[in-house]
Amino acid sequence: MTAPKITPIRKWSLKKLIVDHGMLLVLLLLCTAISALTVTDIHPEGPAAGRQLAQLALQKYGTEPKVLIVVRDTEADREFAKAINDELVAGGGNVVGTASGTPRHAIEQLTRILDVGDAVDIIATHQFASQWEVLNRSRLAKVSEKPIKVIRPPSYRWPSFLTKNNLLSILNQNVPIAIMAIGMTLVIITAGIDLSVGSLMALAAVVTAVSLRDYLGDADAHGGSVALAFGIAMLVCAGVGAVAGLLITVFKIPPFVATLGLMMVARGACYILAGGADAVKIDAPTISSLYDASVLGVSSQILLMVVLFITAHVVMTHTPFGRYVYAVGGNVSAARLSGVPVMAVLITVYIVCGLCAGIAGVLDASHFLTGRPKAGEFYELQVIAAVVVGGTSLMGGEGKIFGTLIGALILGVIQNGLNMAGVDSYRQMVIYGALILVAVVVDQLKKKVINPSIVSQ
Amino acid sequence: MSVTPPLLQIKGLTKSYPGVRALSDVSLTLACGEVLALLGENGAGKSTLIKTLGGVHQSDSGSFIVDGDRVMIANPRDARRLGISVIYQEFTLIPTLKVRENIFLGHERQWLKPISQKTERKRAMALLKRIGSEINPDKLCGELSVADQQIVEIAKALALNTQIMVMDEPSAALSPREAEGLFAIVEELRSQGIGIIYITHRLNEVEQLADRIMILRDGEHITTQPAVDLSRDQIIENMVGRSLEEEYPPRRSVVGKPRLQVDRLTRGTDVKNVTFTVHRGEVLGIAGLVGAGRTEVARMLFAADTPDTGTITLDGVVLNLNSPRQAIAAGICLLTEDRKSQGLILTQSTQHNFGLPNLADFSSKGMLVHRREQNRFQHYCDALNIRISDAQQRAETLSGGNQQKVVLAKWLQSNAEVIIFDEPTRGIDVGARYEIYQLLNELSEQGKAIIMISSDLPEVLAMSDRIIVMREGQLMGVLDNSSSTQKVTPEDIMRYATSAQSLEQPMAVQS
Repeated sequence: MTAPKITPIRKWSLKKLIVDHGMLLVLLLLCTAISALTVTDIHPEGPAAGRQLAQLALQKYGTEPKVLIVVRDTEADREFAKAINDELVAGGGNVVGTASGTPRHAIEQLTRILDVGDAVDIIATHQFASQWEVLNRSRLAKVSEKPIKVIRPPSYRWPSFLTKNNLLSILNQNVPIAIMAIGMTLVIITAGIDLSVGSLMALAAVVTAVSLRDYLGDADAHGGSVALAFGIAMLVCAGVGAVAGLLITVFKIPPFVATLGLMMVARGACYILAGGADAVKIDAPTISSLYDASVLGVSSQILLMVVLFITAHVVMTHTPFGRYVYAVGGNVSAARLSGVPVMAVLITVYIVCGLCAGIAGVLDASHFLTGRPKAGEFYELQVIAAVVVGGTSLMGGEGKIFGTLIGALILGVIQNGLNMAGVDSYRQMVIYGALILVAVVVDQLKKKVINPSIVSQ
Repeated sequence: MSVTPPLLQIKGLTKSYPGVRALSDVSLTLACGEVLALLGENGAGKSTLIKTLGGVHQSDSGSFIVDGDRVMIANPRDARRLGISVIYQEFTLIPTLKVRENIFLGHERQWLKPISQKTERKRAMALLKRIGSEINPDKLCGELSVADQQIVEIAKALALNTQIMVMDEPSAALSPREAEGLFAIVEELRSQGIGIIYITHRLNEVEQLADRIMILRDGEHITTQPAVDLSRDQIIENMVGRSLEEEYPPRRSVVGKPRLQVDRLTRGTDVKNVTFTVHRGEVLGIAGLVGAGRTEVARMLFAADTPDTGTITLDGVVLNLNSPRQAIAAGICLLTEDRKSQGLILTQSTQHNFGLPNLADFSSKGMLVHRREQNRFQHYCDALNIRISDAQQRAETLSGGNQQKVVLAKWLQSNAEVIIFDEPTRGIDVGARYEIYQLLNELSEQGKAIIMISSDLPEVLAMSDRIIVMREGQLMGVLDNSSSTQKVTPEDIMRYATSAQSLEQPMAVQS
């Protein structure tokens, strides 16, 4: 008898796909459903639409007709008008003027042109202005003998959910939760829990604000000082994480209790540091420029989140430390007897969790330019929900970093979808909670179907 | 001839677990007021038998007849209703509840019916009095001695109108004096007409209490005879007797220089002043009953527990180890008795289990090189004949033998020089056992020092160069098993392991 070669696991099967990527499928399904529900008429108003309109006008009516451009008096509309104008002029068209402002402005400008003996054949505008009463056919006929055509960019049907702006805003809103969920995933894989993350996020924000205001030059703070403030804030949170780890390992306090205590301590510390104020203002200008920085329209915080998720994934799957985390959660005594430094692993995991909360807090301070002692209230529950929905078992030993990202996105998408569907916030809460339960129940059933319990002696 | 049917009859009981036949066509009868001693080695099927009787496990086939009626025992509730109570080694008392509350726990007919404390106290006292005890029924169970807790367990069983009482090694945790009290209770119960199945390893108890003796071995019924008809030697022979030749591969190892020296190791009351030495190429067997302190010694050698006093020396260097991690680094490893809860992370893949103590070997610059781990694992799968379908297969799906080999593979990869096997073949079927024995021999031939704790006497006798016997935390004797002319017998070991008094003249401790 010889041992058969170890065959690598089958590359593809429906079962495996569902087991490994079930939550991804759920996310895609949710997105599809919400997209279908939010299909509406889209009336483009940007510069691209302006150019398209000018092209259409040139194709249809040639260069002959005299064109008046009518828009509102806004930045975006002016860009739209400029695009039409430039495109028409470049194509040899005949623009007689641009009216930007209210309907009255439009009609005054039109009358002025007609009064000097000039003519207007076409009014180029967008969906919004084309609905103005002054631009309907009968009103125009009173002003001009020649018929005037009103043209606008063609509209089309598209889900309002599925626009770049909406999708990016979902990501942006969920960055703090998702980043904290990284640390929480590690903690939950060790069969622990950390309730202090919401408070630590606030603590980091307040520490950033207070240290900038009191020690690092306030409004004059330069980049280095800002980085130092961020560093101090994150270090404080990591320190609290270390305390949690020590309480849990050395004093054998259950993680739930240890972090519950620290949650209250940290929240109280926020108010003390803020001197009872609702917010500590940050005047350093460097911060907002850092926060507003973006690459290809993707904000710096989303990029940071992606980098953190990739790093965490690599650590958990490609380093001994990651293996140890899973081992401790899978069976702590077997792990210890296999030479895993259980205590060090647990302490590190809680430090990482605190650090993640610190990063979220620093981002919060950069976003609101204040340190808010109230920031992140009840976030711990949302973070735990994201991790659990992402397929990490509260029993420990199982879970994936990218599962957590998907879990956070599922929660974000549900919230966004409910907002778009106009569901009020009380009903949102009920639906949100119920969906979390459904996700977890499905996960349990999936385990039962795929891995029927093994008969043990 | 009496025509009343026996209290309990079990016919043709069979029970299999994956890979192991725990009970094979076992039958017994029990009469009112009779004490039936159930004997057998660890793993002989005693526990399975009483768990089936108690409704914890369901048999594959076989029938139960109580008072002449054929009955079904599908769960512990059924067993209780039929008047069958099992007192397990691990008590089922809740330490934070009072004695009387524990006695009547689970008897409450209606969830919301108020319980009269006065009546409860009175009834508890009456029950306790029935077995001659005067424990205060208002004491918390957590404050009682082990012996008193046991009395409460018995009272709890009596409260259920028990006719058939099963006691699983009731004296194991008792002092000799407490045990005398227990025997008095057993006598009392017998006189009240209760049928008792009494499991024990202590043969003097059997002589004192039993009316009949039933012996199981490897899940099979060997014999049932009146106690007076069996001598101590006959009992032991029946318990352990089987041909050793074909079951064990021959040993060819050469014993070399001392490798691991243990000097006066002590920890609480579990291990007292234990001194021994293991040599290169040697298999040192540690025999003794369950609870004799063998596993505790192993855990200290592996630094899973810290000794109170005593030193451990490896290759002439005194070790000062604080964690299993350091022990592994020093070249000591432990294959735990309980693979499922201590040896493996069941929900994770076999390969990850294999890799866990060896990740440093499989990483470069802090990153794991999965291919390296996979190659080494494949190597050991071939070398140790580990049968798995793929490397990602969860450890819980493997048979006992393959699980044991995975644990062994992880220690071989970590360059273990002193290998401690705690019950290496428990729960492992005969074929895989032979392979494990072969591996044991190969390892000792490579010069590794091996300590084998085993409750399986034939195994200890066939595989060990020397045997030390422990009892109640003490080393009772060292037996040289290497001479081919004067073989150690199971009786020798049993005598050291079971004798109630310390030996007349403890054997000199040789190193």
